[in-house]
Amino acid sequence: MKPVFTRKSLWSISVLALCIFASAPGLLAQGATTVNLTLKNHRFQPAELHAPANKPITIRVTNLDATPSEFESKTLRVEKVVAAGATITLQIRALAPGRYRFFDDYHEDTTEGFLIVR
Amino acid sequence: MLGALIIVFREVIEAGLIVGIALAVTHGVARRGRFIGAGVAAGIVGACVVGVFINSISNAFKGIGQELFNAGILSIAVVMLTWHNVWMARHGREMAAEMYKAGEAVKIGASTLAGLAMVVAIAVLREGSEVALFLYGIFIASEPGSGMNLFIGGLIGLALGAGVTALTYGGLVRIPSRYIFGVTGVLIALLAAGLAAQAIGFLEQAGVITALPNQLWDSSGILSDTSLIGKVLHTLIGYSDHPSAMEGLGYVATLFTIALLMKLFGHAGAARQNTLGVPQ
Repeated sequence: MKPVFTRKSLWSISVLALCIFASAPGLLAQGATTVNLTLKNHRFQPAELHAPANKPITIRVTNLDATPSEFESKTLRVEKVVAAGATITLQIRALAPGRYRFFDDYHEDTTEGFLIVR
Repeated sequence: MLGALIIVFREVIEAGLIVGIALAVTHGVARRGRFIGAGVAAGIVGACVVGVFINSISNAFKGIGQELFNAGILSIAVVMLTWHNVWMARHGREMAAEMYKAGEAVKIGASTLAGLAMVVAIAVLREGSEVALFLYGIFIASEPGSGMNLFIGGLIGLALGAGVTALTYGGLVRIPSRYIFGVTGVLIALLAAGLAAQAIGFLEQAGVITALPNQLWDSSGILSDTSLIGKVLHTLIGYSDHPSAMEGLGYVATLFTIALLMKLFGHAGAARQNTLGVPQ
């Protein structure tokens, strides 16, 4: 009995799926507030960020440590590796007022910060 | 040491479970050891490559390369798992009949075996790259002595992950062969749906998907998906303590699509016996 899909067609589907993802442009939020954050000695600076409510927010995280980190927040719904010495950018959707916790997944014991949205 | 152990263990649970399921699904299949082993090996190599090039990956596609990469490989895994279930829906009955003949290796298609090996490789790659980065960080950061301690903790975490594989496999192969295809079919469908939701989560993070962003529920107070049980359920059934409406929709749509494809392409006679994991 012949398989429904051949291996070749499976590959094509996978490649097609990848192309669709790759071609999607990085949507830069218009009029977003940008906040900067650095990681040094596995601590966030500043440990508290402020941003206005109901507007998209761009968070730039720079890792000044010699080791990689993973910026993560459950409430902001993000998780992203930040290589040593690197900067990442995160586009956060417009948020309701509140206190949003974030941390470094590799050093959760020392790294904790809050994004305060009003 | 305990901290490193817990972090590494938490990362490898998902890969451990998936390898265990892949082994159980291919129980009694000729050459499966070679395929699954190759998948694990490819995943480890891939994890190290991703670890080394993580910064270039992040910067690709205007800074959303990491998200697109994760979403892309997760989608491939979803396609492979769907493919496996559809294949099983078609050939499950023949395989079940063969399994009764003692000593005879079951013939599972090389394509579906390769597909499962790819799923294993992707699972190992995804979790493995985080472990590799974490262990690398420990290695270069800590003063002599304590680094070794942490590193050993990490290795024990890895070993525990292998234990998860053994437990999953041991538990699943104990299921009577009458039910095994049904159980693994449902398991793989739920696994695929969970991975699809995760892929959508990364696309939402990248800003590629912006529709239906509302949070469906927040059950982090009841069962956090970073806790041990939460993490296991996160892998097995795609449990999330704060899913978006789009993730929920993707989850349901994936389950529906898999069931539909199994029905469309499945063997009519075999479908009647319901050994296939199609909910009826």
